[in-house]
Amino acid sequence: MSLGQLRQKIVIAAVGLLLALPLHAGEPASPVVPKAKAKATEKYGCVEPVSKMRKNHMEFLLHQRDDTMRRGIRTKKFSLVECVNCHVTPKKDGSYARFGESEHFCSSCHNYAAVKIDCFDCHRDTPENSNARHTLNDETSPHHTIAFKENDPLTTKKLDNVTSGGTE
Amino acid sequence: MKKNESYTDQARRQFISKVVAGAGLAVAPGVVLHQVAQAKPADQPASNKVRWGILINTNKCATGCTDCVSACQEEHAWGAASENEAHSSKLQKAQWIRKVKVTDKQTGYVMSLPMMCQHCKNPPCVDVCPTGASMKRADGIVLVDRHICIGCRYCMLACPYKARSFIHEELHDQSVNAPRGMGTVEACNMCVKRVDNDGIPACVEACNQAEHNAMLFGDLKDPNSDISIELKQHGGEQIREDLGLDTGVRYQGI
Repeated sequence: MSLGQLRQKIVIAAVGLLLALPLHAGEPASPVVPKAKAKATEKYGCVEPVSKMRKNHMEFLLHQRDDTMRRGIRTKKFSLVECVNCHVTPKKDGSYARFGESEHFCSSCHNYAAVKIDCFDCHRDTPENSNARHTLNDETSPHHTIAFKENDPLTTKKLDNVTSGGTE
Repeated sequence: MKKNESYTDQARRQFISKVVAGAGLAVAPGVVLHQVAQAKPADQPASNKVRWGILINTNKCATGCTDCVSACQEEHAWGAASENEAHSSKLQKAQWIRKVKVTDKQTGYVMSLPMMCQHCKNPPCVDVCPTGASMKRADGIVLVDRHICIGCRYCMLACPYKARSFIHEELHDQSVNAPRGMGTVEACNMCVKRVDNDGIPACVEACNQAEHNAMLFGDLKDPNSDISIELKQHGGEQIREDLGLDTGVRYQGI
């Protein structure tokens, strides 16, 4: 084998290696988007078809935001509270995921796409009544009766039951 | 001189709006349409046909009672109803509504009253806001649009009632009734979400539930509302009426 042939082979090997690299390294895993709790249908998936929501949810929210805040229009279709109520679901341990965690519906995708949002600087990132926002010693709290039990952790299942009118 | 001009301006505006309103309501001689108060549908914007107000009777407001304050804290998750703002000083913490004790030094007479955003018709906080975040809704409720508030706090300086506060810390577990977060200014929102759903503010509800009945909520523009009738019969004063702000919160017994 001449020096020229050897050099040619090395170059081919190097190019081949470079081409092969992206297939093995740095391939990001697709985001696992948690499923919504209710209301989603096979046909629409959400208040609008999924493809439309993926592309335009920020427009819907922005429009709703100004209508609600500045004009007092309180329709629920594109309400952020409704989004969170339905889409933010409990983790395996029963607690609700917070924004920023990969199990939180919004951050499951936003972390992946590296798009920073500040909605949850002010807005609640978990569903209504999903945890003891009240101080523990406040007797007006609906969670009061179940909040103090020792060795009996407060699960979201139990809370959902209590807040929907049932007993423990 | 400038002060006088602005008063003339206000008087003129009020005169014109009265004339226009009068012309609109009188369908024919002797026939006048009455606006009947009813719940606002969710898809309709707030209307300027109503103006929400609160009347507070300080004679019924007990010194030391903080039922209205607690109700507000519970409704909007601030103060004692929140574990946030642990590092803020007393002066920095949220203060949507507070109880004020006033003592007449000459006679020793003590009265107690709740102080919060007075929901002015001519709000100085709205005048000074550089971004338009400080705003007055069509129905007279003065709010901060936190989406565009930059936290400059001019409105806090402009407010003669010290009604606004600034959030110094990152918050979590906010109430769905009140989104609030670090770097923005906040104040009493007259429970705008309840009002839009045909309810009454949490403070008024708590005061009535405890049978103090010191607070009355209603439409100042409807002459048949309880608040208008009470104001007509017994009057109600504005705090710092001299500023010409035309407050939506009125007091009796001050």
